[in-house]
Amino acid sequence: MSFTSPAFVLFLAVLAVLYFVVPRRAQWPVLLAGSLVFYLFAGVELLGFLVFTIVTVYAAGRILGRWQERQKAWLRENKDAAREDKKAYKAAVQRKSRAVLGLTLALNFGMLFFCKAALLEPLKGYLSGSRVEFLSLGLPMGISFYLFQSMGYLIDVYRGTVPCETNLGRLALFSSYFPQLVQGPISKYSALAQELYKPHRFDAARVHMGIQRILWGYFKKLVIADRIAAAVVTLKGDGYTGAWFFLLTLFYAVQIYGDFTGGIDITLGVSQILGIPLAENFNHPFLSKNIAEYWRRWHISLGEWMKDYIFYPISVSKPMRSLSKSARRTLGDKVGRKLPVYVASFATWFVTGLWHGLEAHYLVWGMMNCVVIVASEELEPLYARFHAKFPSLKQRRLYGAFEIVRMFVLMNLIRASDLFSSVGTYFSRMFSLVTVWNVGELFGGGLLELGLNAGDYVLLALALGVVFAVCRASLRAPVRESLQSASPWLRYSATAALLVAVLLFGVYGQGYDASSFIYNQF
Amino acid sequence: MEQLIAILTEIHDDVDYQSCTTLVDDGVLDSFDIVTLISEISDTFDVTIPPSAIVPENFNSAAALWTLIQELEE
Repeated sequence: MSFTSPAFVLFLAVLAVLYFVVPRRAQWPVLLAGSLVFYLFAGVELLGFLVFTIVTVYAAGRILGRWQERQKAWLRENKDAAREDKKAYKAAVQRKSRAVLGLTLALNFGMLFFCKAALLEPLKGYLSGSRVEFLSLGLPMGISFYLFQSMGYLIDVYRGTVPCETNLGRLALFSSYFPQLVQGPISKYSALAQELYKPHRFDAARVHMGIQRILWGYFKKLVIADRIAAAVVTLKGDGYTGAWFFLLTLFYAVQIYGDFTGGIDITLGVSQILGIPLAENFNHPFLSKNIAEYWRRWHISLGEWMKDYIFYPISVSKPMRSLSKSARRTLGDKVGRKLPVYVASFATWFVTGLWHGLEAHYLVWGMMNCVVIVASEELEPLYARFHAKFPSLKQRRLYGAFEIVRMFVLMNLIRASDLFSSVGTYFSRMFSLVTVWNVGELFGGGLLELGLNAGDYVLLALALGVVFAVCRASLRAPVRESLQSASPWLRYSATAALLVAVLLFGVYGQGYDASSFIYNQF
Repeated sequence: MEQLIAILTEIHDDVDYQSCTTLVDDGVLDSFDIVTLISEISDTFDVTIPPSAIVPENFNSAAALWTLIQELEE
């Protein structure tokens, strides 16, 4: 059931009515039932993967929680014991806890790896006709999101930063909360769980704001992303080199922005209707001035997950500290200090690439991000010397705009690797930017042969203008909150105008799966 | 505390660490800086900062960091 289908609107309306009608203590079970129904629409056979994750994480969490309680009790009873004895007891508990955590992570990430591997051509052929062939149809919906969220919870229980959940139903809801199943965000247990379980009153103003956010998401997804998708498909085809490739990177940036941020707007709007706040996943990413900043503003929840569970644990681990020390002795202080950061960055981007898919082009994408970030870090002294020579440059708005455009173009070039399953094709297209000079073709009627007519271009320009204006306004004050304090006439007119725009200008292709979200495939 | 301020100053020498309480929130310390900081703290104070302690509240100010170090030393 796609977020953009009438069935979803109906599902949400029925669920919301039920949610606010039932006694408050029954609200979270209603949400759990709704989430499972939502998942069942994706396919009964795929529910098994979700259930496997929930059950294994629940069981492991309970075991870890029980051992932590026992440890606390032992330390209370033996508070006069020798320090060595206490240390030995704690070490023994930590050893077996680590084994349970490791096994659960291995089972779940192994399942994810298998599901992603089943999408690769060689394995597809091998699985053909077998009982697991259905996997070659696609990934179990949302697996990369619910699995990462559940694993984050388990690691936090192991670290002792959150208590283990003792109610299987509650943990099932945390793992399967339906607005997040399509494309995240990946929430932390400490931020989301209590919001899911506590009672929520019906609040007309909040519901209206949620509906506005959903419509805004539909606008970005259906009017912009799904409209420009036709040109992206054309430009991926053979023969579109040089300036056409540059145009592709630009169009794809627009598409993925509308698709992903629009999808998250829908998710956050749905959750807002239910009274459950979710963390923002974007913070004006295209205003970033370098790639590292971009990744702090785009898909924030995945970046946070990678930082908390991959980057920091690796970079501050004992082996990495030993490596750093020996590098300091042999290669100097500077190298020794940076080595753990670079090794951890490499591992983080490698895993982030794998998260998107097991194909080589995703790994290339991850490595390119890593290389650019490390290169920026290494070039920092050079930048500093340059800016020391021209101290007023950074104060100029034009230079700020240059930095934003530079980041935008660079990120677009890296992101375009998503589009080509063959790494060779991607690099040859990239190379054509300097070998093929064909800008003139763009203005000789070529733009109208990409699957978009003049009306589409005008509509896209206007829609992007609206998005730009709203984003600019939101830098000064949150737009929907400002509307709330405006007159009711203006508030309801804005909602109605959005609805009309979505209904009139949205792309609703029949038999064309434009409504599926790009990030749902990861 | 002086040793800690010296480590922080080596990472960014243009910050008033006595008064700043938003080192992470305002992006003064990025993840690269935090790893360098942890490594220096580990060597200087002989403590191990676990990944679970790497949260903004512990790194937003020199005072919060100093409290964390003292807790770990105990």
